[in-house]
Amino acid sequence: MAAAKATTTAKQPGAGTRPAPARSRTTAWRWLADHLVLLVGIGVLVYTFIPIGYIIALSFNKPTGKSATAQFDAFTWSNWQSICEPDNLCDSLKTSFAVSLTATAIATLLGTLMAFAIVRHSFRGREASNLLIFLPMATPEVVLGSSLLAMFIAIGFNGLLGFITIVIAHVMFCLSFVVVTVKARLAGLDSRLEQAAMDLYANEWQTFRLVTLPLALPGIIAAALLAFSLSFDDFVITNFTAGRTETFPLFIYGSKLRGFPPQLFVVGTLMFLVSFVLVIGVEVWRRRRRAY
Amino acid sequence: MTPPGRPPVVDGENPRRRRYGWLLLVPGMLWLVVFFLLPTVQLFFTSLYDPSGSYEFGYAMTWRFQNYADAVRDNWDLFVRSFLYAGITTAVCLLLAYPLAYAIAFKSGRWKNFLLVLVIAPFFTSFLLRTLSWSAILSDQGPVTSFFQTIAILPDDGRLLATPVAVVAGLIYNFLPFMTLPLYASLDKVDPRLIEAAGDLYSSPFTGFRKVTVPLSTPGVVAGTLLTFIPACGDYINAELLGTTRQYMIGNRIQAAFLRERDYPVAATLSLILMLVVVAMVVVYVRRAGTEKLV
Repeated sequence: MAAAKATTTAKQPGAGTRPAPARSRTTAWRWLADHLVLLVGIGVLVYTFIPIGYIIALSFNKPTGKSATAQFDAFTWSNWQSICEPDNLCDSLKTSFAVSLTATAIATLLGTLMAFAIVRHSFRGREASNLLIFLPMATPEVVLGSSLLAMFIAIGFNGLLGFITIVIAHVMFCLSFVVVTVKARLAGLDSRLEQAAMDLYANEWQTFRLVTLPLALPGIIAAALLAFSLSFDDFVITNFTAGRTETFPLFIYGSKLRGFPPQLFVVGTLMFLVSFVLVIGVEVWRRRRRAY
Repeated sequence: MTPPGRPPVVDGENPRRRRYGWLLLVPGMLWLVVFFLLPTVQLFFTSLYDPSGSYEFGYAMTWRFQNYADAVRDNWDLFVRSFLYAGITTAVCLLLAYPLAYAIAFKSGRWKNFLLVLVIAPFFTSFLLRTLSWSAILSDQGPVTSFFQTIAILPDDGRLLATPVAVVAGLIYNFLPFMTLPLYASLDKVDPRLIEAAGDLYSSPFTGFRKVTVPLSTPGVVAGTLLTFIPACGDYINAELLGTTRQYMIGNRIQAAFLRERDYPVAATLSLILMLVVVAMVVVYVRRAGTEKLV
């Protein structure tokens, strides 16, 4: 603030007589004041990457004992060459992919339809629908998972706990996030574009396919990515509804007792790298599209 | 969104579409009713069972509201700890995320999208792996503990892991993007010309920030604090991996009652109390913040 004031006075006539050292100090101050937020922001970003650095480092660690520990003992490539060596690790990854892809597909489809209904149509009970969509997001995961488990047990679903119940649960908690994301995109769209298409003799289906859907697509893709990452990473709700099926997060949790295999950190590193490349790819693609 | 004078009717010309539009809502709504609403109702009934029953022999429905008083009495400390940890987490997340979101929205220029990717990138790896990684970093032999011991913030035999500090630090880390992204979303919508106008009208940068930027970012603050506070209240992974039983939160208790002890009435009662308290807090908070359109 002092810096800002000093520069304001510096602009006034007569300020040129100011001694040079004072001015350079003001410039430094001003630079700092201008960039302070940026520096703090970058600091926070660096902080969020600390555990990632640890995970990447530990993926090259050769632990002395059976379980990977905090200590970096010796460098090795062997973890990267034997990702599937620990029992069930790759099976759990496959299960996770199957669960998340199924849940994402269902949640994205149903959620997008719901978003269209809410943004584009007025009907009685819209407020109640909004509330029902909001409530799962305002409910702690442990409650969502436990109530589903209680119901599955009450209706005698005990034996069926597994893939199906996990997907059911994941679709349930992903739906709200899909609706909110797609809704935000639809609300920002100019409905006059669709009217224009209709004026130009496009029928309803053509209007939807050629105008509405392309415009809504970035929101739908964002929603699907969000649903996938929520689903893939979910531990709490899955833990309640999985029965004996093991997803990747459940595998990690189970390793707490068995000892953490170092390959876990290889998978962690891969997850980071793959999604990083993927997101950058989507960003580049979107930029290309915008250029048209 | 709609300019004044133009009615906000989108499908005005087509009554058929208007009448049946709500049908799109049905499949998703059914899913939510069957797998969210019904289970919650079922949970309510479970919470009133006679707790002297057991998983093997079944429970008797006794409409025992006493369960709620018992649950609060027995788990008072866990509830207080959960809301305290979640409150601290939310406050610190806001302090960390605001400068970050502000910098991305106003100071990053053409790096904006890249920085946004960096914000979420660390959270692509598994939640559990990240927390495990923190337990390694904060462990007794880890760098942070020895650094704090060297500069005498911690005594020589002091620990970080297995303390409230570690649990709250883990919560803060894991829920930070839930604060950053909504904050960014609303800061990004702030027209920089408004801030310039404040400066032109002789407000200091700080006053301009306080009177223009902060009020305009309120929706982001509200959304962010909710998205951080709600999951933090119910979390039990951080307490389990970074703390000890003395840092356990209500989520740990619910999880154990459901999955280990199979004491369903107690578990259901605790779940419902947690849900009701959180929803009540959310409603009061949203009302007071005056952003009811959030929903």
